[in-house]
Order: sequence, then C-alpha cells, then structure tokens
Amino acid sequence: MAKLKDLTMMNELAGISFEQLDDVVDLVNKLYGFSFEGYSRASLKRRVSRIMTLYNLDLFDLKALLVNNKDFFEDFLMEVTVNVTEMFRDPDFFKAVRQEVLPYLASFQRIKVWNAGCSTGEEVYSYSIMLEEENLYKRSFLYGTDINTSVLNTAKKGIYDLKKMKLYTENYQAAGGKHSLSEYYVARYDAASIQSQLKKNMLFSVHNLVSDGVFNEFQLISCRNVLIYFNTELQEKVIKLFYDSLCPLGFLCLGSREILRGDEIAGRFRAVDKDENIYQKIA
Amino acid sequence: MLNLSDHIVEKIKQAEVLVVGCSAGGFNVVFDLVLKLPANYPLTVIIVIHRSKKFKSSLEDLLNRKAHVPVKLVQDKEPLKKGCVYFAPSDYHLLIEPEKIFSLDFSDPILFCRPAIDITFKSAADVFGEKVISILLSGANEDGADGTRYIKQKGGVAVVQDPAVAEVSTMPQAAINRGEIDLILNNNDIFEFAINLSSIVSKSTKALWIT
Repeated sequence: MAKLKDLTMMNELAGISFEQLDDVVDLVNKLYGFSFEGYSRASLKRRVSRIMTLYNLDLFDLKALLVNNKDFFEDFLMEVTVNVTEMFRDPDFFKAVRQEVLPYLASFQRIKVWNAGCSTGEEVYSYSIMLEEENLYKRSFLYGTDINTSVLNTAKKGIYDLKKMKLYTENYQAAGGKHSLSEYYVARYDAASIQSQLKKNMLFSVHNLVSDGVFNEFQLISCRNVLIYFNTELQEKVIKLFYDSLCPLGFLCLGSREILRGDEIAGRFRAVDKDENIYQKIA
Repeated sequence: MLNLSDHIVEKIKQAEVLVVGCSAGGFNVVFDLVLKLPANYPLTVIIVIHRSKKFKSSLEDLLNRKAHVPVKLVQDKEPLKKGCVYFAPSDYHLLIEPEKIFSLDFSDPILFCRPAIDITFKSAADVFGEKVISILLSGANEDGADGTRYIKQKGGVAVVQDPAVAEVSTMPQAAINRGEIDLILNNNDIFEFAINLSSIVSKSTKALWIT
C-alpha cells in the first residue's frame, strides 16, 4: 500500500508544468476545435496531470494519443472537465429560489429555465421538482446544457446511484421540500430512476459556453460552480452571454463563491439574495 | 526560545506565502495563531480547514473583527494580498493560479476531504516554489502529508505540529512518516515561529534597500 502511494506521488510529481499545459491546450484546440484557453490553469493542470497518472502517460504519450486516437479525446474531455453535482446542492440556495424567485416567475406566462453546465443533470431535476411543487411545472420548460455528450446521456436517462439518494433526500428536505423525495423516483436494485413525468418538459443538449451563443430567451438561468473553472476574461464573456439570454427581469443564479464579473454588466443586475448569489436583470 | 538554523532563516527571508492545514483538533491552534499574527504581516496566509458545509460558520467574520490582520473567506479569482489571511471555503478545493490569484474547484473530495490540504499545498508550491512555508496541524486523516512532502521537494520550508501535543496525531504523524520535515514544534513554538516570520521576512526587504 505504501509503495503504491509512493508511485502515485511520483507520478503526480511527474505531472506537467504550466508551459507544457499550454502546449496541450494548443494541441487540443488545433485538433478538435475545443478551446481551453480561458480556463483556470491551476485546475486544468491538476486535471490533465490526473489523466496522465490514470492512464500512466508521459507528456509525449498524452500528445500522441490525442493526435492518433479520437476515442481517447472523449475520455480526455470527460476527465478534464469536473462533473461533480448533486440534487439540491446547497439547500439554502434552493430554499431562496423557492421563496424569492419562484413567486416572481409565477407571473410569467411561460417559464424557461437554462441550467448551463448541467453535467449529469441532478440540478435540472431539482428545479423541475420545485417547479412541480409550486404548480409551475406545466408551463415551464427546462434546458440542461454541457460540453460533454456522455454526461448529457446520463442526464437524459435520469438514473442515479441509489446510495446518493440519502444525501439528496437530506438536501431536499433542508431546501424546504414539500413532500418526500422518494415520490419523484423509482428505486430498482441499486438505481434510482427519476419519474418520467418530470422529464416531459425538459431538453438536454450540447452547448459550449466558450464558443456557442444565445439560443433562446430565459426567465431563469442557473450556472453554479462552472465559472470557477474559467479565468476572469472568460467569466465576463459568459456573464454577458447570460445577460443577452435573459428576458427583462429574468433571474441569474451563480455559485456561492462566484461573483458577477464586469462592472458595466454587473450594474445591470440587482442582487435578489446576496448570500445565495441570486440576481435579477433590471436594465 | 525558538532557535532557527541559518539555513532555515535564509529560506524564510525570501518567503511569500504561509500555508496552514488543519483538521480535527487543530481548530483552536488556528484560531490563536491568527489572533497572534502582527499587523502588516509580510506574507500571504492561506488556511485550509476541514469543516462541514452543513453548518454555516462565521469564523472569518469573528476573526476579522478580533485579529490584527484582515481575515477573509476566499472568493473565486481573488488576488492574493500580502498581510491578509485567507480561509478556504467549505466544500471547494482551493487552488492558486500562476497569476497569483485564487481559483476554486469542485472536483471530487480527496481522502474524503473538500477542501483538501494536499491540493492547496501542492498548488502553492507549483506557483511559489521555494517561497512557501507550510504548517500542518492536528487531524484525523492523512491529508496534508503528500502536500507537505511536495512543498519540501520544491524547496519550501515544512513545519509540522509535534504529534505528541496534537489533539489528534494522525495527520502530523503521517507527514513526518512521509519524509523530511524542517521543524516539528509544540503549540507555543508554532506561534513564536509564525510571529518571528514577520521580523525575519521584513528584515530581508530592509537589507535589500540598503544594498
């Protein structure tokens, strides 16, 4: 065991430098048209080093695989992006949405929600459960987008590890859930399958915040803990994209330690809940 | 009185950041440590504590009111400032960008920990190299041991709380088992060390002015 640990440690030390990372980013952009230039480099460096450890590759091997093996790129993309999410993550946030945002959204004829960077979709289903409980689901439509097709496939299926439901149930209750979370999924063997009626008004699709533009007009955009992987310039660009995608008086939700980047655009929002980072487009 | 070898003093002179890792049983030491830091502290202080996200803590606010130095909970992409104490937010890993700004990360926990001390220690060493001083305190798992070793390998100074005085010895002991440590100190010596850093680091800048 100790030996194994030593090995991992060495491999991690053998990880790449920031300069080498820039080379890999360049290569991926040239080969696949995926730009990671605006990503936070510290995080990206860690992820790429991790892939090298996982697959036991040195820099040369990594580049060779990227050039020669298209399938490997899918795995690379999957590993290099962070796909960790939960249902009702940060219950206080969802409580705030329920209390401060949903009553307001009720005044719109149609409620379109965009969950940008939705990963495996747990958050999209959290929104649909809340909308259902507030009797708004019938006139709502939810879009979940990500750059990663394989996580989107999981999201579409809506089948999750049953073990996780304990935490999600705690979250749901702390978030002010009105029923029991188990009413919204069917448990079978080790899996929890989200009820199909919650998937009705929902679409999962590929969208890259770095390179794709406005595709609809939304009443609510939720993008939590995605911007942390971007540098400040890219964050500013994405905030602008959200601004352009929101209807007048639409809402924008960010992660708890993220901020509205860009003074000019930040001035066009008012803070609905400063602690939970919920904003409304007012100008 | 804490005696530092010339070798360590030379290293400390050029230091830019002090990283502190702490888990079960180390909370009080961190608290006292921050309160003892003198105003205009010449280093950026980064503290990673394992704590539950279920309880909203106002630790930073409390310390900010009482301490001689500003104390903050890190916001994403915030620039590192000298003389400021930063706490890693619960449920995020804390990384440092080459541009010397903070980055948050929500990838999987390491050894069940998010924030993980290892990640922040390694990231600090990647950016600041030998200009890092680390202190690893009491804790019930082995997080921080790899990070401490990494800092040593990059030429930084590694300090570990004496497992004999740590409330839970697993964490400091793991770091000691993993490799060479510069100083193994009891609580009072840790405080004295941190306070002394202030005069040693600032002295070096004065020396620069003379030459």
